[in-house]
Amino acid sequence: MTGSSDDQPARSVDAVVIGAGHAGLAISHCLREQGVDHVVFERGEIANSWRNERWESLTLLTPNWQCRLPGFSYSGDDPDGFMSMSEVIDFIERYAGKIDAPVLTRTEVTSVRRNADQYEIATATGNWRSRAVIVASGACNLPVFPPVASASPALVSTLTPHDYRNPSQLDDGGVLVVGASATGLQLADEIQQSGRAVTIAVGEHVRLPRIYRDRDIQWWMHATGILDESLDEIDDIVRARNIPSPQLVGSRDRQILDLNAMSDLGVRLVGRLMNFNGTVAQFSGSLRNVCALADLKMGRLLDTIDEWAARQPEAESFSPPERFARTRIDDHPCLTLDLDRDGIRTILWATGYRPDYQWLDVPVLDRKGKLRHDGGVVSDSPGMYVLGLPFLRRRKSSFIHGTEDDARFIANHLTGYLARQ
Amino acid sequence: MSESTSSVDNGVNVEALLGAREALSQAPEAAQFKWRATCDWVKGTHSKSSVTSFFGLGEEQQHRREFTFEADHPEVFASEDLGATPVEVVLCGLASCLMAGVAAVAQHRGIQLNSVKATLEAGMDIQGILGIDADVRNGFDGINVSFEVDGDASAEDLEALVAQSQKRSAVFDIVTNPTNVNVSVTKTG
Repeated sequence: MTGSSDDQPARSVDAVVIGAGHAGLAISHCLREQGVDHVVFERGEIANSWRNERWESLTLLTPNWQCRLPGFSYSGDDPDGFMSMSEVIDFIERYAGKIDAPVLTRTEVTSVRRNADQYEIATATGNWRSRAVIVASGACNLPVFPPVASASPALVSTLTPHDYRNPSQLDDGGVLVVGASATGLQLADEIQQSGRAVTIAVGEHVRLPRIYRDRDIQWWMHATGILDESLDEIDDIVRARNIPSPQLVGSRDRQILDLNAMSDLGVRLVGRLMNFNGTVAQFSGSLRNVCALADLKMGRLLDTIDEWAARQPEAESFSPPERFARTRIDDHPCLTLDLDRDGIRTILWATGYRPDYQWLDVPVLDRKGKLRHDGGVVSDSPGMYVLGLPFLRRRKSSFIHGTEDDARFIANHLTGYLARQ
Repeated sequence: MSESTSSVDNGVNVEALLGAREALSQAPEAAQFKWRATCDWVKGTHSKSSVTSFFGLGEEQQHRREFTFEADHPEVFASEDLGATPVEVVLCGLASCLMAGVAAVAQHRGIQLNSVKATLEAGMDIQGILGIDADVRNGFDGINVSFEVDGDASAEDLEALVAQSQKRSAVFDIVTNPTNVNVSVTKTG
């Protein structure tokens, strides 16, 4: 024996799961319940992305009471709190231990190929063959940059939320945060508070209050059934899957993190970053409209919540409806900014994430590089599934607690597929 | 939000638009359009532009007839005022684009429109175009658009119509965001 994995015969198993985050572990639990022989490949450690690719102050957007996985739920003494990264890692590790998941850590998958009715999986520690594959490798593996990023002036350092840990790693100068979803606002907040002047470039965004009528917004979204909305109730699923994460933070003081809060801190709001002309950044004149769209959309959501609340037997027990101030915009928001003259030394691209499918050698991606699937059942590749993507089957699919329904559906579908094969 | 219903008629064929959206998402190459205009100098600051053809859906397309637009400068600029000033033509383009969007979105959302009027005003410091002060830009220092909408919906829903129209408007994008402009010159005659 040479010890080289290439010389070993491929091991066989009914199903392989790629990724041991919350989604991969949830499906592993459901597969075991169904008696499906499987292994879970993990490139690093359990909960690897949560461990290595997140900033220090990050907390979940969902309160602890909402955090659960199949056969497991939050059992601590702070149900209304929000888990820090170390608590999330601990939660997922304890889950892996409880369900005794068959995880192979430090086993990066380098290739998945289809060969007739089987999949051939090459990993760092050997080759495998399976009848089914579940892709649970995450939705946020790689940062996404807009095309304008390639023209960033040389005088600024650029970084992404994957590299960012805390403000102390930044130059003392000003910071341009590009993107106003949860990531952009959370980072703009802590960087501004570190004493660096922050400018935030704002495109389309989703505004949500953390607390509404004295209850967490997630409580309302859950109670009204909005989080349970499924694929077939949505007109345009592509749009629903691309909605940026709402402007929320899970902080101890339940702060409302919106653009007005940014303005109160002294953060400068500018429109979407459109272009660089040398050291001059050019911003869109659409700032007022993107804020109007978000204000109106939030208003419609609160109307929906109020209508639901009024129909409940306990309607009287809810605090009265509230409406929030419109987003305040300067009369003449800045359209061009010379980064050099303005002292901006860092650009932080909070412009989204995408999955990494470089290892996937099966033609299942669309022209935009997204996995083609119908509610987690990958198109044109029988036996292949995906889990852990935004609005996979329901609006709540984006959250840890939304994984359970999706995992149970996929485990059932997969079991039926194996039985028919 | 209610979908388009048969009782609402703003004169927009939303079904055809949605069909085109679906078809073009499957065939993105057919979505590549080229818009054109020609402009002839008449005399002084007076010019006449026309549009006849464009390219789209993979082939040459013709307007039903040639449309012409005359432009000039006003008498306060020592011109003859034989047409709108070009910057007013830009305002007309923005207004018409937003208006078309309002009607289409209203139809899609099942909102009957009775009347819609947009009034536009754009500020300009002409020290820019006259070369008096290099710090003053040539173009508008801002554009204000006021919509008056009489339609069968709440004030918020009507405001949302206009907001959605801006979101999907080509001219709104053209005036709010930078565009590369390439101008070439050929000696003729």
